[in-house]
Amino acid sequence: MSALNEQKKQRPRFLDLTVIRLPLAGYASILHRVSGAGLFLMLPLLIWLLDLSLSSTPEHLVLFESITRSVLVKLVLLGLIWAFLHHFCMGLRILLIDVHVGVEKQQARSSAMAVMVVSLSLTLAFGLKLFGVY
Amino acid sequence: MSRLVVGAHYGIKDWLAQRITAVLMAIYTLVIFAAVLAGATSSHDAWRGFMAHGAVRSVTFLFIISLGYHAWVGVRDIWMDYIKPTSVRILLHVLTLLVLIGYVGWAIQIIWRL
Ligand code: HEM
Ligand code: HEM
Repeated sequence: MSALNEQKKQRPRFLDLTVIRLPLAGYASILHRVSGAGLFLMLPLLIWLLDLSLSSTPEHLVLFESITRSVLVKLVLLGLIWAFLHHFCMGLRILLIDVHVGVEKQQARSSAMAVMVVSLSLTLAFGLKLFGVY
Repeated sequence: MSRLVVGAHYGIKDWLAQRITAVLMAIYTLVIFAAVLAGATSSHDAWRGFMAHGAVRSVTFLFIISLGYHAWVGVRDIWMDYIKPTSVRILLHVLTLLVLIGYVGWAIQIIWRL
């Protein structure tokens, strides 16, 4: 025990975030936070668009159409689509780990990879739809 | 006696609330997604009709409440991690709470006036 304490004291502290290399799950976790914060910051835009899209006033619908036609807005929405998908997939992963599903190192690695692959592929699919490719 | 404004007595409750709201929102997401695939957004009238339907309105209501609570816990956690000066942090907590209450009210009135 005391040997353990000795060792603990001598641990080097290395917290340079620009040099530390994280496992994929580490980046996926940080992105869960970034995506949650991004969604929170953009809620006013989302609720406003929801408001316009459900309005029965013709002017609102025209406004809705013209806003969502803008490429800039589409890029923002694309970012939000990714944020939601990543947050959603990663959220499910966290919930599963909370109930002790997929805690093993290898499984946790694969599920982090799955979160990245699934959310990025779905973002691509929804993005193509958003930009009217199909 | 000095009062601690950084207590964690609400920790477990909010942790659990964040999980429950996450599950509710995840289910809602899948339901809405299925409805869209089935044509709920095929036209403006279809979209309005869909959102105005009693059952849809009820689950959307639950979703909005969940979102507000979930985001409150999540954003507060972020402030607690990064903002050290207590006064600034409390100010940010209050602002977050106020805007979230505003968003929830706004979103509810959107679906209620349909
Ligand atoms: C559970 C998550 C959600 C899902 C899966 C979802 C899905 C959708 C879908 C598929 C549409 C129809 C898009 C279309 O075909 O035109 C739509 C419309 C919309 N939703 Fe949601 N939504 C969700 C939550 C929200 C939230 C929380 C907000 C805002 C607070 C929001 C704002 C909007 C807006 C602005 C529109 C109109 C945009 C449009 O019609 O393209 N949505 N939603
Ligand atoms: C299907 C919907 C969602 C699911 C399944 C989900 C899941 C989760 C889970 C499980 C956590 C806890 C993470 C942890 O303890 O490490 C979390 C945190 C969080 N969520 Fe969500 N969430 C959803 C929607 C949203 C939305 C729409 C927002 C935006 C307003 C949001 C904002 C946040 C924030 C800010 C955090 C805190 C992040 C952190 O502490 O790093 N979530 N989410």
